[in-house]
Amino acid sequence: MTLWFVFALMTVAAIFAVLWPLSRRGRADTGGSEVVVYRDQLAEIDRDMASGIIGAAEADAARIEISRRLLAAADASGREEPVQGSLNLRRSAAIVALVGLPVIASGFYLALGSPRLGDFPLAERSRVADANQPLANLVAQVEAHLEKNPTDGRGWTVLAPVLSRLGRYDDAVRAYRNAINYAGDSADRRADLGEAMMGTAGGVVTAEAKAEFERAVALNGDDAKGNYFLGLAAEQDGRKADAAALWQKMLSKGPPDAPWRPLVQAALVRVGGTVPAGVGAPALPDGAMAAAKDMSEADRGTMIQGMVDRLATRLKTNGDDVEGWLRLVRAYLVMGERDKAMSALADARQAVANDADRLRQLNDGLKNLGLDG
Amino acid sequence: MIAESGHYALVLALALALIQSIVPIVGARWRDAALMNVARSTALAQLLFVAASFAALVTLHVTSDFSVANVYENSHSLKPLLYKITGVWGNHEGSMLLWVSILALFGGLVAAFGNNLPLSLRAHVLAVQAWVASAFYLFILITSNPFLRIANPPIEGRDLNPVLQDIGLAVHPPMLYLGYVGFSISFSFAVAALLEGRIDAAWARWVRPWTLMAWIFLTLGIAMGSYWAYYELGWGGWWFWDPVENASLMPWLAGTALLHSALVMEKRNALKVWTVLLSILTFSLSLLGTFLVRSGVLTSVHAFATDPTRGVFILLILFVFIGGSLSLYAWRAPALKQGGLFAPISREGALVLNNLLLTTACATVFIGTLYPLALEVLTGEKISVGAPFFNFTFAPLFVPLLLAVPFGPLLAWKRGDLLGAAQRLMVAGIAALVAIALVFAWTYGGATLAPLAIGLAAFVIMGALCDLAERIALFRIPLSLSLRRARGLPRATWGTAFAHAGLGTALIGIVCETTWNSEYIGSMKPDDVARVAGYELRLDGLNPRQGPNFREMVAQFTVTRDGQTVSVMTPSKRNFTTRGASTTEAALLTRGASQLYISLGDASADGTIAVRIYHKPLVLMIWWGPVLMAFGGLLSLSDRRLRVGAPKPAKATARALQAAE
Repeated sequence: MTLWFVFALMTVAAIFAVLWPLSRRGRADTGGSEVVVYRDQLAEIDRDMASGIIGAAEADAARIEISRRLLAAADASGREEPVQGSLNLRRSAAIVALVGLPVIASGFYLALGSPRLGDFPLAERSRVADANQPLANLVAQVEAHLEKNPTDGRGWTVLAPVLSRLGRYDDAVRAYRNAINYAGDSADRRADLGEAMMGTAGGVVTAEAKAEFERAVALNGDDAKGNYFLGLAAEQDGRKADAAALWQKMLSKGPPDAPWRPLVQAALVRVGGTVPAGVGAPALPDGAMAAAKDMSEADRGTMIQGMVDRLATRLKTNGDDVEGWLRLVRAYLVMGERDKAMSALADARQAVANDADRLRQLNDGLKNLGLDG
Repeated sequence: MIAESGHYALVLALALALIQSIVPIVGARWRDAALMNVARSTALAQLLFVAASFAALVTLHVTSDFSVANVYENSHSLKPLLYKITGVWGNHEGSMLLWVSILALFGGLVAAFGNNLPLSLRAHVLAVQAWVASAFYLFILITSNPFLRIANPPIEGRDLNPVLQDIGLAVHPPMLYLGYVGFSISFSFAVAALLEGRIDAAWARWVRPWTLMAWIFLTLGIAMGSYWAYYELGWGGWWFWDPVENASLMPWLAGTALLHSALVMEKRNALKVWTVLLSILTFSLSLLGTFLVRSGVLTSVHAFATDPTRGVFILLILFVFIGGSLSLYAWRAPALKQGGLFAPISREGALVLNNLLLTTACATVFIGTLYPLALEVLTGEKISVGAPFFNFTFAPLFVPLLLAVPFGPLLAWKRGDLLGAAQRLMVAGIAALVAIALVFAWTYGGATLAPLAIGLAAFVIMGALCDLAERIALFRIPLSLSLRRARGLPRATWGTAFAHAGLGTALIGIVCETTWNSEYIGSMKPDDVARVAGYELRLDGLNPRQGPNFREMVAQFTVTRDGQTVSVMTPSKRNFTTRGASTTEAALLTRGASQLYISLGDASADGTIAVRIYHKPLVLMIWWGPVLMAFGGLLSLSDRRLRVGAPKPAKATARALQAAE
């Protein structure tokens, strides 16, 4: 907002520069004329002679020369028509300034400028990005910044997931609410807010949280997090069939390579639903799924562990598979093995470091997982 | 916000320039004072906005905001602060912004100090200035915008071309641009005069100081660039007849001619039409220089722009402004009133000769620079026109010019006395002969032309001194009286003497450096000794060192002469990791006006390193000359007397010597 205000001020200043001379009564004697220059010259000869810079003979010669030119100039200027003003002309000039300036300026600027981008001076960025600083310090810095600039939506958006991950759910809830207020409403933010609320309630989908998930789904019917947690809410309410139906719908509608697939499939299995046929994700082939259904909790865990290990081994030999890496990280996160997830993430970065496209794809994917680059 | 505000300020400057291009002209056509005065306030506001825009870009570079593409491509967070600032104009976009900033600065100066200009002249001048400015704002915004952003800013920049990471970049381009763009004022005045169809006294009064100012900066800029190339490029050359250098030499030659013809116009009201043409040509050559460097049609050290759209755009600007102004000249010049008459042998005549030789010299440089380009465009054949061509064409033109230089100031306005002047130059002639004899005896059996050239230089320097001596009647009246006269001399006279002596000084440096330069080229191991021109240089060792954004290999040489240790020299080779480029940092040891020069080549596996050592006698005089010239120009500029060159009354011969100024 400040940016547009500054632009407006600058435009006004520019317009003022044009209007100011137009508003003044046109004085005919503004500016010098030839005659004035010659008069100056004559006066200066007298001064020079008085201070001894030129001799009397030269002074006389120069005076004659100047006087001759002065006479010619006076002749010429006498024939000139006097300077006059025309109100119409001034009015049209004023209109040109009032309309033309903003139109030209905004036309060029809107085509070329990036008004949405703020500044990124390196000093401020490295304060955030320095990996050696403890996370708590970074959070404190961002919080201090937001205290001074409470309307910085981007700041809240960055801060909220970090607070959530640090377990400061109450603060996270507040941060998400601010992010929604100042950076705009979106399904993702609503769902994240609901998740943080769950955090404050120890993992229980409260009515409040459920309302947020419902808003998220209302904003975007396919919002994965919202749908998943609504399912979880149903499960927690004891409506297992509803939960299963929701999750089945997610699996059948969602993209085949969605990172949340294993999680939802596992949840579906938990509530006893069947994974819809034909949408079996590459991560968990149908056969395996069916087998998993009849297994005990411990066996199922072992089976998943085995699959994850196989994936990890495959990626060690062929690191180009960005989707694979994302699935692996996600799997570790779901299994609660955060350290392994982080080391997998580092391996992934290393594996695709030489390929800008893949790296971007990886970073985007990680962002979706809530692991900001 | 800084980036976007800077961008918007630039856009506003364009909008103001467009208004400034039209409204004052309309005002002058209908003789409306208010409309004509719009030129003034818009010129000042334009200056304000461009300055803000430039300041914004500097801030972005200093804070390493890599979300700006220009900063990302040309800066690095570890660069020393000075190079972060100079890096602003060390790239195409930033240097164009500097170009328009200086253009706006000159426009603002005319607006601020042009009170004594006739209203319509000022309106016309500022409008023409705004035409040029609008064209270049459009060029910047459309093809080379320094404020374009990157949505996902990288964390580190790509660094500035290492060759440019030098103090020279802080001085050379701004000076050069102040010179180039300074000539836009005389151009605007010339076009305004053609539009108005008359040249009046105020015109004459204004053009010369502005030309002089631009000329001073251009002189210093070229000299600085030459010295920079000398110590940075690592092979000891100081002028390469590189097209980019020629691009700056051409406006200098034309500008020097303009300076002298403006003198005639200011004092004698003559040569008006010719001065107008020279003004147009000088700025056209500045534009041409900008085109050559910025379009990337040449590939040399300077041409860091290689984008055809830019080239075509500048070519268009070039076509419109040069073609337009010359057509205007052809159409309107006959309407201009011719000025005073003069005899062929007179101060005016001498200045015409000067103009003739300088413009011819300029034309040869023009041909030598553009012919290869034209040939390549037409036939695809690549030829290079190098030093031999220029030496053979340039020297024959400069020898008569230098011979004539001492005569000019000694001739009177309107009708001069060549014989009298020659008599007064007798001392200078004798000094020149003595110099020739001495040098010839000293270097018996050596080059034959060099002593003659030294003699010519001595003649020029002594001629300038003779002029002063004559004016203060040295040795003919008591010394105290002479000194008082010297104090009373107009500063412009001192300026002329200094500038002309500077010419001779530079010539001595050039001749000595090219003729008696000695060198040692070979590979050295530690403790090896090289002998050059009586100096012994021992390589003590090679040490690696870490700089802020580079690593360097420093070689240490102990310099001795006749067993006495003179100094220690440390040339180095720097490696810039970000760009993967390396530069040689030559070591210079100054002894009087001569220099020892060491630059390093590649190191080989067995611990030896290629070394080039030069001894360059009197090489510094090459640059002292231009500095003297610029100093002379400054003296002349500070002389605020009105310049009316009245012809001497025929009978008042007794005062003849003083009357010339």
